[in-house]
Amino acid sequence: MSATGKRPLGARLIVWVPYLWLALFFLVPLAIVLKISLSQNALAQPPYLPVFDISAGWQGAREFFGALSFETYTLLFSDSLYFFSYLKSLEIAGLATLILLLIGFPIAYGIARSPRRVQPILFLLVILPFWTSFLIRIYAWINILQRDGLLNDVLLALGVIAQPVVWLSTDTAIYIGLVYSYLPFMVLPIYATLEKMDEALLEAAADLGCPRAKAFWLVTLPIARPGVVAGALLCFIPMVGEFVIPDLLGGSQTAMIGQTLWVEFFSNKDWPVAAAITVVLLCLLVVPIVLYEHLQKRALEGAR
Amino acid sequence: MASAGMEPQASGTRRNFAPWADANARPLLRIEDVSRRFGPIVAVDTLSLDIYEREFFALLGPSGCGKTTLLRMLAGFEAPDEGRILLGGEDIAPVPPHRRPVNMMFQSYALFPHLSVEGNIAFGLRQENLSKEEIAARVAEILTLVKLDGFGPRRPDQLSGGQRQRVALARSLVKRPRVLLLDEPLAALDKKLRAETQFELMELQRKLGTTFIVVTHDQEEAMILAHRIGVMDHGRLVQVAPPAEIYERPNSRWVADFIGDVNLLEGRMSDAGVIENTPAGRLRVADAAGAKFGDTVSVALRPEKIHLAPAASAGAPDNNATGTVWDIGYLGDMSIYKVKLDSGFVMKAAVANVARGTNPPVSLGDKVSLTWARESGVVLTK
Repeated sequence: MSATGKRPLGARLIVWVPYLWLALFFLVPLAIVLKISLSQNALAQPPYLPVFDISAGWQGAREFFGALSFETYTLLFSDSLYFFSYLKSLEIAGLATLILLLIGFPIAYGIARSPRRVQPILFLLVILPFWTSFLIRIYAWINILQRDGLLNDVLLALGVIAQPVVWLSTDTAIYIGLVYSYLPFMVLPIYATLEKMDEALLEAAADLGCPRAKAFWLVTLPIARPGVVAGALLCFIPMVGEFVIPDLLGGSQTAMIGQTLWVEFFSNKDWPVAAAITVVLLCLLVVPIVLYEHLQKRALEGAR
Repeated sequence: MASAGMEPQASGTRRNFAPWADANARPLLRIEDVSRRFGPIVAVDTLSLDIYEREFFALLGPSGCGKTTLLRMLAGFEAPDEGRILLGGEDIAPVPPHRRPVNMMFQSYALFPHLSVEGNIAFGLRQENLSKEEIAARVAEILTLVKLDGFGPRRPDQLSGGQRQRVALARSLVKRPRVLLLDEPLAALDKKLRAETQFELMELQRKLGTTFIVVTHDQEEAMILAHRIGVMDHGRLVQVAPPAEIYERPNSRWVADFIGDVNLLEGRMSDAGVIENTPAGRLRVADAAGAKFGDTVSVALRPEKIHLAPAASAGAPDNNATGTVWDIGYLGDMSIYKVKLDSGFVMKAAVANVARGTNPPVSLGDKVSLTWARESGVVLTK
């Protein structure tokens, strides 16, 4: 307190700007969503009950809190549709993250190890697709993957397949779409860590008796780990809640949680269930991250 | 000893160690006509050198002279285009870096940032499939040796520059290499720490008996550390000799100029040991170094070997120059006087500040005479 008290007023205020931002655009909306998830569906405007009425005073507030319930959550956990929807989302996002890692790491490594002057060009090639609209790129994939699309044409011409393969509306199409769209988010953080790595470290490893291939596992990978973790989180989290890619490329039988949410919100007009899905998803994602951070900190402190 | 005549006494009193002068001694490391080119640039040019067991050898030269390339060839990071490198009589060309009984201390230290001090030091031992107990024991032993007891669990980014330097040293020594290569080992340290570390490094080398090869651009460092110095320029060894010999008997103008401060006086050889027409008049030297009558030679004269005194009306005709004090550089322990001779040539003379006081015996603009002994001048023909 004494330290901040000495600072000028402007400096003290500026520290609070990000907190204010977070409170206004993250905590308040989150509280609203949480409140809706505890409400009941109703044919009204807004389509849920109870509605908080400040003019009702103390009595009104007590009634309001009394009317909140965990009914929607009970529904969420009793209907296996939601459970499988979550599971499918985690499975697809998890596997896609793994594929992204397997493709993204070599690309990042290749860029970081290429001559300094070509690095910006290679870098540009990775982020260039971002210059076109995301939606247009996904629609382009529909074109490529459809029955008489580019992919089947090429494979038929090469004689790899005899009959056109059904790509569109399959899980494969979702994976292709996800990996294609999220690749830069995997490559960039890994590149950032590898680019900073002193190449003398690999020479030092060799000098100390470690063959090159082994040095990758003992030196390069551990040093790149923060980038790998950042890239994996950056891809995994939005992919779990991804809506556009599975909706456009996936089939109707694959319901990822984003689609389930959309159906609850727009088709069923069940805001409380939609809100509850969101809250549970948030917990699913936040808890492992907080746990990881905690373990990371413990590991660092243990090393001291 | 065969070399008794060749060896200046200074190096003899420092250490009684001179296997290079012994015709029967077998070198530990033999570099034979080694060349390494990078495109049109010849980094190392048909270089030959023998280095002996227990020797502390310094490769000294300006940046870009090829000393680091030579070191990297010994470590195995570069392959010679021509020539052979023999370690203990065996050609090590086909041996990859990770199998060479040679370790390197990198200029950047190249400590693994994700490993603790212990982890860094144990890294090399773990590649040898040693038992956990032995690794722990050897890590503890080397930590004591480099005075880093208790620092084992720290991370490199929690250490000071001097401590990191010790970790790098410990990591490269713990594998007990036959030759330790040190690339500018002290360059990143501040001056005071560097001076302390130099002596520790010498002590360590004496204690362990490992052959050390250090690459440096700092001549003072090379002089203090090494048994012998190899002065390099443009990929070639210009002179290989103990520090005192390099300093007192440089074999070329380039070496004389590169090592320490020097006055180079050009003239023409006339009589035996007499050089005429130099900017400082007629000079007499004790050793003409094989220069013949009429040859154009340079006489190298170290500033501390020149005696400076207020100008006398008459003096000896030779090895005596008069001039005016042009500039005085006060260094504390001594002062460098720049004296503009009557010929216009500026000579440097170093005077030890023996007496305590602020009044110099000679001040700016004073007429002075410079004199020196016949033995002080070194005749250079190259």
